[in-house]
Amino acid sequence: MPWDRNQMAARAAKELRDGMYVNLGIGIPTLVSNYIPEGITVTLQSENGMLGMGPFPYEGEEDADLINAGKQTITELPHTAYFDSATSFGMIRGGKIAMAILGAMEVSETGDLANWMIPGKLVKGMGGAMDLVAGVGRVVVVMDHANKHGESKVLKSCTLPLTGTGVVDLIITNMGVLEVVPGGLKLLELADGVTEAELRAATEATLV
Amino acid sequence: MKKIYGSAKEALDGVLFDGMLIAAGGFGLCGIPELLIDGIVAAGTKDLTVASNNAGVDDFGLGKLLATRQIKKMLSSYVGENAEFMRQYLSGELELEFNPQGTLAERMRAGGAGIPGFYTKTGVGTVIAEGKEVKTFDGQDYILERGIFADISIVKAWKADATGNAVFRKTARNFNPPAAMCGRICIMEVEEIVPTGSLDPDTIHLPGIYVHRLIQGQHEKRIEQRTVRQRETA
Repeated sequence: MPWDRNQMAARAAKELRDGMYVNLGIGIPTLVSNYIPEGITVTLQSENGMLGMGPFPYEGEEDADLINAGKQTITELPHTAYFDSATSFGMIRGGKIAMAILGAMEVSETGDLANWMIPGKLVKGMGGAMDLVAGVGRVVVVMDHANKHGESKVLKSCTLPLTGTGVVDLIITNMGVLEVVPGGLKLLELADGVTEAELRAATEATLV
Repeated sequence: MKKIYGSAKEALDGVLFDGMLIAAGGFGLCGIPELLIDGIVAAGTKDLTVASNNAGVDDFGLGKLLATRQIKKMLSSYVGENAEFMRQYLSGELELEFNPQGTLAERMRAGGAGIPGFYTKTGVGTVIAEGKEVKTFDGQDYILERGIFADISIVKAWKADATGNAVFRKTARNFNPPAAMCGRICIMEVEEIVPTGSLDPDTIHLPGIYVHRLIQGQHEKRIEQRTVRQRETA
């Protein structure tokens, strides 16, 4: 059985280190906050303008002035700080955020990332993703290995408009964990019950 | 100098014209200038270019100005969750210039700070870089982005004194300070105008020099994604 969304998030959480300032993208990356390992303290950044993002509020305690980058209601923590969006992206672009964990539509073997639009079909926009991949120390992508048509999302080169070139460091999919290295992708880990042959068959990119 | 006006209509009087560039604060529906958007809908100003991270939702925020077709062009980073925005864009009725979120915020901040252009690594090697000057600093490529100098800014703060010194609340600050800075005239709406002298000068988020006109009013403050957790049972 390949990993489910929660197992992928739990695997991504193992990349966190004590004291890190981290930005989590929308979707599966948001679930990573449920799996922060015992004894490790990380500070979550929300790029609309907050450090120290807390959990969802209890019903009745939602505050329209307190949302995350996915526009979801959240809460603050004792060490929370608020700031404007220009300051927020200053810390992103300035390399102060240690890690970003993001979703993706496609990733290439050279670390190119596409996650913001499908021409003529789906126009969402890049939001803060282009700034994040350009600025943060380490970019971890969490996504399904194949799209809903069964085609590999781990490619030799991306077909969709790019979010950044050569920016991805680690790819965590439902089938395993791949590191971007010179010459291609290095298989680090297989999901439970997935064989290397199955992962290779599902991967268009070069595995070294 | 009197900055306080009685209504959005009064505060917008004499500053609107067809084809103008407006910078708007807010992120999603959080911290948006609801009253001033309604005022521009009522004024009927056309062919607007609006710099704003998002365009509200179909029936709230800047979505109202899309519904009335008053907007010709948007400078935004994200249009998901807004069906009418996507429909107008895909059908060619609306021009859209995608700006990475941090680039948009910095373009506003730069404009407000008198900086006409700056280099950033955001967007290098993507469609965002097309047609833009590339310069290499210390072996790394950067692209030239322009500061935004808007005709007016419309922003929302929590509290302000009569001189326009403003305080924002939680993540409703977002794009409001940089948007306020980049407007030739900045119009601010607040939940409460407080007596001058009652705000601690050390806690002012936006100094009143950036604020030219000020109104107070009731805000709906709609929540876009209401997410909650269960209370632990005792």
